[in-house]
Amino acid sequence: MYKIQEAEMLANNIYRMVVEAPRVAQHCLPGQFVIVKADEEGERIPLTICDYDREAGTITIVFMPIGESTKKMKDLKAGDAFMDFVGPLGQPSEFCSEDIEELKKKRIVFVAGGVGTAPVYPQLKWLHEHGITADAIVGAKTKDLVILEKEMSAVSNLYITTDDGSYVRKGMGTDVLRDLVQNQGKQYDVCVAIGPMIMMKFVCLLTKELNIPTVVSMNPIMVDGTGMCGACRLMVGNEVKFACVDGPEFDGHLVDFDLAMKRQQMYKTEEGRALLRYQEGATHHGGCGQCGGDK
Amino acid sequence: MAKGLNRVPVREQEPKVRATNFDEVCLGYNKDEAVEEAQRCLGCKNAKCITGCPVNINIPAFIAQVKEGNFEEAYKIIGESSALPAVCGRVCPQESQCEGKCVRGIKGDAVSIGKLERFVADWAKENGIKPVPAAEKNGHKIAVIGSGPAGLTCAGDLAKLGYDVTIFEALHKAGGVLSYGIPEFRLPKDKVVAAEIENVKSLGVKIETNVIIGKSVTIDELLKDEGFEAVFIGSGAGLPMFMGIPGENANGVFSANEFLTRNNLMKAFRDDYDTPIAHGKKVAVVGGGNVAMDAARTALRLGAEVHVIYRRSEAELPARAEEVHHAKEEGIIFDLLTNPVEILTDDKDWVTGIRCIRMELGEPDASGRRRPVEIPGSEFEIEVDEVIMSLGTSPNPLISSTTYGLDVNRRKCIVAEEETGKTSKEGVYAGGDAVTGAATVILAMGAGKAGAKGIDEYIKSKNA
Ligand SMILES: Cc1cc2nc3c(=O)[nH]c(=O)nc-3n(C[C@H](O)[C@H](O)[C@H](O)COP(=O)(O)OP(=O)(O)OC[C@H]3O[C@@H](n4cnc5c(N)ncnc54)[C@H](O)[C@@H]3O)c2cc1C
Ligand SMILES: Cc1cc2nc3c(=O)[nH]c(=O)nc-3n(C[C@H](O)[C@H](O)[C@H](O)COP(=O)(O)OP(=O)(O)OC[C@H]3O[C@@H](n4cnc5c(N)ncnc54)[C@H](O)[C@@H]3O)c2cc1C
Ligand code: SF4
Ligand code: SF4
Ligand code: FES
Ligand SMILES: [Mg+2]
Repeated sequence: MYKIQEAEMLANNIYRMVVEAPRVAQHCLPGQFVIVKADEEGERIPLTICDYDREAGTITIVFMPIGESTKKMKDLKAGDAFMDFVGPLGQPSEFCSEDIEELKKKRIVFVAGGVGTAPVYPQLKWLHEHGITADAIVGAKTKDLVILEKEMSAVSNLYITTDDGSYVRKGMGTDVLRDLVQNQGKQYDVCVAIGPMIMMKFVCLLTKELNIPTVVSMNPIMVDGTGMCGACRLMVGNEVKFACVDGPEFDGHLVDFDLAMKRQQMYKTEEGRALLRYQEGATHHGGCGQCGGDK
Repeated sequence: MAKGLNRVPVREQEPKVRATNFDEVCLGYNKDEAVEEAQRCLGCKNAKCITGCPVNINIPAFIAQVKEGNFEEAYKIIGESSALPAVCGRVCPQESQCEGKCVRGIKGDAVSIGKLERFVADWAKENGIKPVPAAEKNGHKIAVIGSGPAGLTCAGDLAKLGYDVTIFEALHKAGGVLSYGIPEFRLPKDKVVAAEIENVKSLGVKIETNVIIGKSVTIDELLKDEGFEAVFIGSGAGLPMFMGIPGENANGVFSANEFLTRNNLMKAFRDDYDTPIAHGKKVAVVGGGNVAMDAARTALRLGAEVHVIYRRSEAELPARAEEVHHAKEEGIIFDLLTNPVEILTDDKDWVTGIRCIRMELGEPDASGRRRPVEIPGSEFEIEVDEVIMSLGTSPNPLISSTTYGLDVNRRKCIVAEEETGKTSKEGVYAGGDAVTGAATVILAMGAGKAGAKGIDEYIKSKNA
């Protein structure tokens, strides 16, 4: 069992937990992820590592409940435990293995969307610890969904934007990036975009136009996370890649986002049914014919 | 019927009934049936059956005990050579191993060695007979990577010799393919697999799940920092292959590994588990091995009409004969001498069909089997809403790529000596599918035994 030391709601429907997992904490680097399973019946859920403390042996995760399994997880409290917690999975961000002096010459911009802010944080923090302060654009739907503002501004030049204009400025992350490059004379050698696939797709369309090489962190459906099942396969530059072992970070200009987005919908109906069962709990009678609960 | 030409028939669930549930198909012999079948064994002096068994179980000796009703004695004899008799009795390809060599098979049926072995193992379990732990611990720490048949056997053998053994397993459950690959209806998870794992634990073996060697910790760290004196790698051959044909990334196309893992490890067939699985109406399974049969029969049980698409003819099907027979009884349709060329999809990228081409058998290829060749112009389409690719697997490079000085061959298999499991790296031994590529449970078990012997000799020579 993997004990939860801290559990809190960061913002409206975004949760943060600090979990004891010494082996993961000892070996992880920015860009990698874990797979967690709440209980015996639970699904294996991939989540990016959002912070780690090697001494305390803990990993921080941040997640947004969207389906049955993540909803079950949000009900866990400090003192509870995950039944399973495995990692670190995937490849670390490429800059972790780059020459620091070379890296210091690079002008890096991060674009984070929604809960994607959380996985961007350890990367900014790692760079900051190595003497590099990158620009970071965080886009959220609305003010209530802006997370980790204090932590992020401590390790980057932070630009916040909200879709509805309820905080700082109105617009998407892509609007800010275009503004910085086209109106404010900023130049970038690398862009790192993390968030929902649709957002990463639009960032990539823009950075292709602006000629900025771009790294994205893909989040397809996964099962084992070790290369064994092929559920996470993507097309990257006309080659099949397994996101869990070859990624999750890829050259965003080579990723086939349309295919990836279609594949992410694969279990929607199945999951919708499970969600109904979860929400109705013991009162679920399965008579509606929609959920399969009476089959 | 005793001593007759025909074996005592084994009781099975009716095909119509079992096609709708995940309970075990074969119900096994009871005492009387086992004793009766045992009578058919001639107790050959020069017993050919033994040479057919990869771990050389003393078959006539254990069967002689079954004849007398001394089941505990029979269990001990099997235990001298095999650590997982309840598993092997169920899944060994007996027709090409022990039973394939039985003299009784020359005229009539071979003795049902597998079913007798299974009976003895199940009887021992029901009667609480367990392997005996080592009298004394020797204090040497050994790490075993992977909890499949190779790892479990190696760990069990080393523990019996007094070693302090820890198994590291990447998944959240132990058992390897026995847990994630082979379905419940062939190999019950609680009754058989979990019980075998408990046996190994009762010898003092520790199992740490959720540890991926190469990611959570490396072999070099186990040796340098964690006090392990030797390592056995039994990490299997779990990477799925795909065909590389158009449409293969469409929604509804799965590797057999994904499909079976969702169903067996994550128990997606049960309503009380959260992991989803696709319930196709009409499913194509591509391939002809045990894995293909398991995927096909699982899809059938989830409610589908299932077509097995295989490019050679029935004679070349690599699956166990019993599985092919059971699959046919259950209504699986075999489209033989047929090869997929494209997977067809709708505008949302969901599978709608599979385009195939007919094949004929030509000259024998390197494997000695006749090579299938396409018949030009014979393409046709089958309407399906799900495709399961079961084309074989290869070893995972996670360990070899993170372990300094560990040699692999061009098929990515770890290079290891057959008799000892010794690899190119000192103190590191390996066996099972990680070394041979996808093979069988009994061969993996044999390799685990060899590895245990090799490690014991290594530790002794180091401390001499
Ligand atoms: C490498 C990786 C890192 C991730 N990191 C984080 C993270 O740090 N924080 C976080 O909140 N989420 C993260 N995700 C996404 C997270 O794993 C999914 O939200 C989760 O699996 C959904 O599970 P569920 O059963 O609650 O929802 P489901 O009911 O399975 O899904 C609900 C909806 O989301 C879609 N969906 C299914 N799987 C995924 C998926 N893997 N990603 C996105 N949408 C999906 C479904 O099509 C469905 O429409 C990551 C995914 C990957 C692969
Ligand atoms: C669906 C299916 C049906 C089969 N049917 C039959 C049959 O009927 N008869 C038969 O004889 N054989 C059958 N086989 C083949 C047989 O199961 C295998 O040959 C056998 O399981 C190999 O044993 P192993 O111990 O080498 O590896 P595996 O059983 O594959 O076990 C390897 C274990 O190592 C773990 N592992 C891998 N990498 C790491 C790592 N880096 N760190 C930690 N752990 C790791 C894996 O998670 C796994 O649990 C079948 C195989 C499949 C897939
Ligand atoms: S282990 Fe397998 S091959 Fe050996 S006797 Fe038993 S069933 Fe036959
Ligand atoms: S070859 Fe057949 S008859 Fe002879 S000992 Fe073996 S099982 Fe018995
Ligand atoms: S999640 Fe199974 S191969 Fe990537
Ligand atoms: Mg889910």
